[in-house]
Amino acid sequence: MFKIVDKKALNSAVTSLTIDAPFIAKKAKAGQFVIVRIDEKGERIPLTVSDFDKDAGTLTIVVQAVGFTTKKLVKLNVGDCILDVVGPLGMPTEFGTPKKAIIIGGGVGCAIAYPQAKTLHNMGVDVTVIAGFRSKDIVILEEEMKAVSNNLYITTDDGSYGEKGLVTDVLKRLLDNGGYDLVIAIGPVIMMKFVALTTKPYSVKTIVSLNPIMIDGTGMCGGCRVKVGGETKFACVDGPDFDGHLVDFDELMRRNSLFREEEAHACRLEEKNNG
Amino acid sequence: MADMTPIKTKMPEQEPTVRNKNFYEVSLGYTAEMAVKEANRCLNCKHRPCVSGCPVNVQIPDFIALVAKGDFEGAYEVIKATNSLPAVCGRVCPQELQCEGKCVRGIKGESVGIGRLERFVADYHREHGKDKSVNIKPNGKKVAVIGAGPAGLTCAGDLARLGYSVTVFEAFHTAGGVLVYGIPEFRLPKSVVAAEVETLKTLGVNIMTDMVIGKVLTIDEIKEMGFEAIFIGSGAGLPMFMGIEGEDALGVYSANEFLTRINLMKAYVDGYDTPIKKVKSVAVVGGGNVAMDAARCAKRLGAENVYVVYRRGEEEMPARREEVHHAKEEEIEFKFLCNPTRVLTDENYRVTGIECIKMQLGEPDASGRRRPEKIEGSEFVIDVDAVIMSLGTSPNPLIRNTAKGLDVTPRGCIIVDEDMMTTIDGVYAGGDAVSGAATVISAMGAGKRAAAAIDKRLQKE
Repeated sequence: MFKIVDKKALNSAVTSLTIDAPFIAKKAKAGQFVIVRIDEKGERIPLTVSDFDKDAGTLTIVVQAVGFTTKKLVKLNVGDCILDVVGPLGMPTEFGTPKKAIIIGGGVGCAIAYPQAKTLHNMGVDVTVIAGFRSKDIVILEEEMKAVSNNLYITTDDGSYGEKGLVTDVLKRLLDNGGYDLVIAIGPVIMMKFVALTTKPYSVKTIVSLNPIMIDGTGMCGGCRVKVGGETKFACVDGPDFDGHLVDFDELMRRNSLFREEEAHACRLEEKNNG
Repeated sequence: MADMTPIKTKMPEQEPTVRNKNFYEVSLGYTAEMAVKEANRCLNCKHRPCVSGCPVNVQIPDFIALVAKGDFEGAYEVIKATNSLPAVCGRVCPQELQCEGKCVRGIKGESVGIGRLERFVADYHREHGKDKSVNIKPNGKKVAVIGAGPAGLTCAGDLARLGYSVTVFEAFHTAGGVLVYGIPEFRLPKSVVAAEVETLKTLGVNIMTDMVIGKVLTIDEIKEMGFEAIFIGSGAGLPMFMGIEGEDALGVYSANEFLTRINLMKAYVDGYDTPIKKVKSVAVVGGGNVAMDAARCAKRLGAENVYVVYRRGEEEMPARREEVHHAKEEEIEFKFLCNPTRVLTDENYRVTGIECIKMQLGEPDASGRRRPEKIEGSEFVIDVDAVIMSLGTSPNPLIRNTAKGLDVTPRGCIIVDEDMMTTIDGVYAGGDAVSGAATVISAMGAGKRAAAAIDKRLQKE
């Protein structure tokens, strides 16, 4: 049993949960994930570790309530327990030794982009953060991202805050000025795809963090297989970070849609049950 | 004088057309009367060939003699002395290749139903018996076991009985390994596994779930925690794929994924959250027990047509005979001497069929089985909306990648010496992690040998 020790709503749909998990907190590194199962009948879902505190023995996950289990998860409160938390899984992000980096977060992906930016900032790297949202009301972690970056650009699809447009618009402008040697993109698959397409002509190393369907998170089910450079990789053990210039994003988007009907059905049932 | 009936006493089963729609156990087990009758078929041979066929050395004629006398608890004690999971072995061992394969009665007629008798005795004990309170004298030494599957549980049980303080680290949320994620309920009820695990806990074995060794702790860190020996029984969990076109389409699963959703996550039971697709026609690729399990699960989930596609012939299939027989009864259709060449899909990349090529058997290959060869131009398509790849599994790299000095073969199997010790001093290994995918009982045999070797080493210190 893993106790929830802190809960914060980052916006109306995104919640940050801090969990008491001393073994995992001790070993977790940026870029890794955990598998969570809420209760005896629950499914196992992967969630990227957003933050961890080795001394306090806690780790933080940021959850967007979009599916059946994530909706259940955000209803839990401080003091409640999650039955299973397994990790840290996957390979930590390999930052290398960059001088000037651009970190891109899309929506809830900012919750993962933020600790990446923080890690690089603490390494003394010149960090620019581009954070994209649909609109002003769902902007998260603005102050935190500002604190760990030399420059922060916020874009919104509707122009209600920051710059109107897409993260790739800002990215292209920055790359045209040159000098960047690392781009990390975390967010919707479609965003990561276009970030990778944007950076490719500039030959800037681009890391993306993938989020496929998986069960065990240890290489056993093969559900998370993705094509990277023409080879089949398991995101759970070989990733979740991959070279964005080699990932077959279209296949990943298709595979992620596999259980969409079942998921929608389960969510409708749940809403009906809750009256 | 032994009962000379040439065939085994029949074991009652659910009707095939009934059971292929539910997940209840297929075989219902002997009654006491049937067990006594079958036990009387044993000749009690002096040279005990059956025992030589048992990887964990069960004293078969002795337990059968007690069954014949109606002393079922006595028989249980005999089995339990060398086999820590009798209710499991009675159900899933390939007896025809082991004890029963050596039985003298099998020369003219059918062998004694040793597996059925073992199962009866274990079930009888679970329902009627009481575990004798074992008087264990703790010796103050700590041993860690990685993996709560057949190898790990056996090793843990044997060491606990010898007085060791044993902690088992399990990656999943439930102990049992392949017994819970792989083998389906209708072949091995999960309550049977849970009861065996509970028995281990009463011996003082501490099972820590959700612990992925190689990630949350390394072998070195476990040593630093004061464990004087470590046994690695992490199994062979990595699924293989064919590398054919369309294999990443929606509706292609590894048997591991398909079976884990069903067996461990209970996706077929109302109220459980894990999703599973309802499908109409399924092709299962492979010829082992796992392929049989996947095919029979698909049928039970409501698939109308379930095909097993296997590149060799029926004789060469590695699956247990009984499983093949049961699968046929349950209307699984076998496509022998066929090999998939690609998976066909619609515009949304969902599976619509599997293209196969016919094969013929040539000269024997390294495995001694005749090598399947393609018949050029013989391609044909089977219409299916799901494909389950059951081509075998290999050991998981998570431990070997983080354990300095742990040598493995080119296929990733951990190398051990005759005492089951790996190339790291004090670290032992056994089961599928060493042999590659094999049977429950051979993994148990390895766990047993490792426990004995660990005891020998720690006694000396």
